[in-house]
Amino acid sequence: MAQEAIPQGYKWWGGGKSPFNVSYGKLMMWYFLMSDAFTFGAFLISYGTIRFSQEYWPNPNEVFNAFPGFGHANLPLAFVSLMTFILIISSVTMVLAVHAGHNMDKKGVQKYMLLTILGGIAFLSCQAWEWTHLITGYHEVLVDGKLTLLNTTVSHNPWGPHVEYNGQHVGTPGPVAFGGYFFGITGFHGFHVFSGVVINIIMYIMTTRNVFHNRGHYEMIEKAGLYWHFVDLVWVFVFLCFYLI
Amino acid sequence: MEHQASSPEISFQPAHRTDTVKRIWKTTIVLSVITLIELALGFGLAKEWYGNSHTAILIVKGIICILSLAKAFYIVSIFMHLGDEIRNLIMTIVVPLLLFVWFIAAFLWDGDSWKNLRREYNKGTPAKQHTTVTKPEAEGPLK
Repeated sequence: MAQEAIPQGYKWWGGGKSPFNVSYGKLMMWYFLMSDAFTFGAFLISYGTIRFSQEYWPNPNEVFNAFPGFGHANLPLAFVSLMTFILIISSVTMVLAVHAGHNMDKKGVQKYMLLTILGGIAFLSCQAWEWTHLITGYHEVLVDGKLTLLNTTVSHNPWGPHVEYNGQHVGTPGPVAFGGYFFGITGFHGFHVFSGVVINIIMYIMTTRNVFHNRGHYEMIEKAGLYWHFVDLVWVFVFLCFYLI
Repeated sequence: MEHQASSPEISFQPAHRTDTVKRIWKTTIVLSVITLIELALGFGLAKEWYGNSHTAILIVKGIICILSLAKAFYIVSIFMHLGDEIRNLIMTIVVPLLLFVWFIAAFLWDGDSWKNLRREYNKGTPAKQHTTVTKPEAEGPLK
């Protein structure tokens, strides 16, 4: 929100009020999110370091090319686009809930919180499908001169470079770190989405029970909203590092 | 009911904006369009539109990274309303994040250095498949 005019020479640090013009809770939510950004940043940078140190890294368009209901059709980026748009839309409904809260519109807050929760659940369902697909999908690869079936786990994966074997084009085991980083980072993000959904459900129940209405403001919705947008923000970079480049 | 003071610590209440909803939808469209451009560029990478040129692929990936940063800016500035907070608050969030500049550069450099060191001192071991794929005969007498 834009502010009313602030007089010249106003003493922010005179005590008795927030020098940042926000409540303590909201300020600490910002600082928590900043520290969480460093946690995710460290994970993604570690992934980048290992990826840069390898001669070969799996091609995301080869690994993530499935879409539920389309069998073995080669559809790179399709499913992850769906997941990305689900998260963007749930971010929009969240910001609309915050806006409804500013106007003390309880019905609006309820409606948009419910949509945000549904978006979060839809995203988690997509992730569950994707993990299941990777863990249960076996591919024939060449291990020690023999063709072996490998799935994608934290200890092995079939996404190595292709080689010629008996006139056939076959895959080889990929870098071990790939599975660990993929499941580790998307799992940590998924855990954030899950906790965000739980927080949003609690906010929905509190709204329904008039807690915020009686308090006179819906600032808690704003704080939950900050967390939810952060989850969307992190996905921008997970999406970038694992699926796009 | 009008908006009330959410906390006595707050000195200046946010002014009532009439265009908030319009701004939200505008940002939604911007985010969607950027995502679609990213997907188009990524689809090009998948379909090998840019050929085998390492530089061309690097440029496309660089553009995708910059577009992601633009998305991050819109989410933080508009959806999280950081752009509407006072300057001192913005700075306490943004300035520490500058650490990422060093963080990313140093560690990617380190990863690259590891790759070069392995190539030089540990031939064959970390990238066994790669070396056998590219020059199978060269490994012959060592086995």
